Amino acid sequence: MPVEPMHAETDVLVIGSGAAGMYAAIEAARSGAQVLLADRSLIGRGGATVMAQMTVAVALGAETPDHWSHHYDDTLKAGRGLCDQSLARLLCEEGPACIRAMDEWGVGWARKDGHIAQAMAPGHDRPRCAYVDFLNTGPAVSKTLRTVVNKIGAIRRAGDLCVVDLSRDGGDIVGAAALHLGSGAPVAIGAKATVIATGGLTRLYRRNSASANMGGDGYALALRAGAALTDMEFVQFFPIGHLAPRLIGMDPIMWDPFRYKLGGRLLNNRGEEFTQSYGVVEDGKYVITRDTGSYAILKEVEAGRGSPHGGVYLSFQHVPEAELRAAFGPVIDRLARNGIDLTRMPVEVAPIAHYHMGGIAVDDAMRTGLPGLFAAGEAVGGANGANRLSGNAVTEALVFGRRAGQSAAAHAKRISKVGRAANAGEALALIAADAGPRDLNTAAMLQTLQSTMQDDVGPLRSAGKLTRALARFYDVTQELGALPPGGAGGAFDMRRLEWLDLRNMLLVARAVTQAALARQETRGAQQREDYPRTSPEWAVNQFVNLRDDKIELSRNAAPAEAAAS
Amino acid sequence: MSESATLIIWRGTDPKSGRWESHAVPFEPGQSVLDGLRWIRTNRDPTLAIRFSCINANACKECMVELDGKTVYACTERLAAREMKIAPLSNKKLVRDLVTEIAPPGERFGGR
Repeated sequence: MPVEPMHAETDVLVIGSGAAGMYAAIEAARSGAQVLLADRSLIGRGGATVMAQMTVAVALGAETPDHWSHHYDDTLKAGRGLCDQSLARLLCEEGPACIRAMDEWGVGWARKDGHIAQAMAPGHDRPRCAYVDFLNTGPAVSKTLRTVVNKIGAIRRAGDLCVVDLSRDGGDIVGAAALHLGSGAPVAIGAKATVIATGGLTRLYRRNSASANMGGDGYALALRAGAALTDMEFVQFFPIGHLAPRLIGMDPIMWDPFRYKLGGRLLNNRGEEFTQSYGVVEDGKYVITRDTGSYAILKEVEAGRGSPHGGVYLSFQHVPEAELRAAFGPVIDRLARNGIDLTRMPVEVAPIAHYHMGGIAVDDAMRTGLPGLFAAGEAVGGANGANRLSGNAVTEALVFGRRAGQSAAAHAKRISKVGRAANAGEALALIAADAGPRDLNTAAMLQTLQSTMQDDVGPLRSAGKLTRALARFYDVTQELGALPPGGAGGAFDMRRLEWLDLRNMLLVARAVTQAALARQETRGAQQREDYPRTSPEWAVNQFVNLRDDKIELSRNAAPAEAAAS
Repeated sequence: MSESATLIIWRGTDPKSGRWESHAVPFEPGQSVLDGLRWIRTNRDPTLAIRFSCINANACKECMVELDGKTVYACTERLAAREMKIAPLSNKKLVRDLVTEIAPPGERFGGR
């Protein structure tokens, strides 16, 4: 049964409603634009923001004297020479204003002696990380922005709306074609400006810390529309993701704040601390950076010194119970309900896909190379180089979201009428297409892709593994075919949705893998076992373009410099 | 050590003409009902409609269903070696299988 397309028109279309998308919507509306805020799930509850149980890096100078330039220096250092300096500078310089705006909106940053408390985190030269107790930073940020969004009449919210392709008029982006999950209908959206705020790609990995809707949608949308991506090879693995015992109702990155506050000890199966063998003496403090931490843990496991489930141990047994309770009272009770008593037992932890440094290439106004197309938040590549400094993700979401909202609204103001979408018919037809009854197990195919990425495009890489992964992606792409399977139709047709997701995820997986294969060196999150050294000639960023369905790689001479600083 | 739960799941798009479907699901103690539903999608029937995004953190609040008549989050309810009857929320409009319309009215897309 053919479904009639629905239509919508707006000044600014924002795709994704995590912190970046919501901030972009707020700022665009404040600048006078009508906004359509679309999300493939519920508004303001999916994405990575709501999962961020940790901290927000910002040079407030509340705990100790600080200046954005110190935060900037730490960000560049963590990025191993590859940060886009103008983006990194923007993040650090405008972070304090966004954090204070959030404070005024009632987010509830934890206070100490009347000022916003700032914790010490690995890679920072001083205490710089604000948070909301207990393990509530992300949910509080989401809820605060949701409340602000709800009060602005110029923002129309549209949940269960999954954008499938951007619409083009010549080189300009003029909206998008989407699948409305609630009815199964295709939707043609006309927009004077579009902001991609779909987050990263952690769903590509079997073990990850983010939502199921972080499948790199925005990267695929941008690539197919003709925009460039950058730094795609750099996937951050969070070293101490929870592994065992099975824990429910908690995010696997929960041990990060524990380590900020209480230190903790990383131990191998002999009960020995091991990070010093990898050049980092922890001595009960949390100092190991994410790239080195992931490497050290995987190497211990490889050497046969891992824990039963294939990770290492994290122990707080040396911390007195009163101190544990003071730091994390309600969480200690939740752990007890899961059978975990930190005073008596260590937990098992292992690296999990957590964040993507790469993403859509933009300038410091969040403009892509395509007029009318902007990006914000984790979907943007470049600010964090080869390795992200802890605490920078939420700051980046807020700062880049705000900037993208301003830029998109300004662009929309200059346009009198929404352009005619030349390619929308094609996308709308694909959304409604029915290839007949095919026995396609999209859920199993998705799992194959995730396992391949985890095993062969994880933190420890080699030409052999990466080439094998590309062959696997080719096979799955062939199996997927050119059209979604028929069958259920209508609302929440899961196979249709997963088919469209796989179309994006396979493209993004290829981009990551080919960029990783081309970079014949080890740097930050990219650990090549066949090229274990950092090579000075690779102090460059790679860019990805799509031409005739082929990934094309190019590189710059050196990372983008900041304007006069 | 693996045990087995029997998930009896409501399927359909019309509250009056649905059916119950039964699946044996292997699990390790500690796993969630959502883990079991995701196992069914991957290993038995990818057409089963459920909604979730955060998987484990109880942050997205999307995975609400009725388990043996009681409203629960599938991500925080544990699998048990018994029959577990799982139905869509009875006080929300049915969309498909275990998916109901849970978004507030102001957040639903309705065209122009």
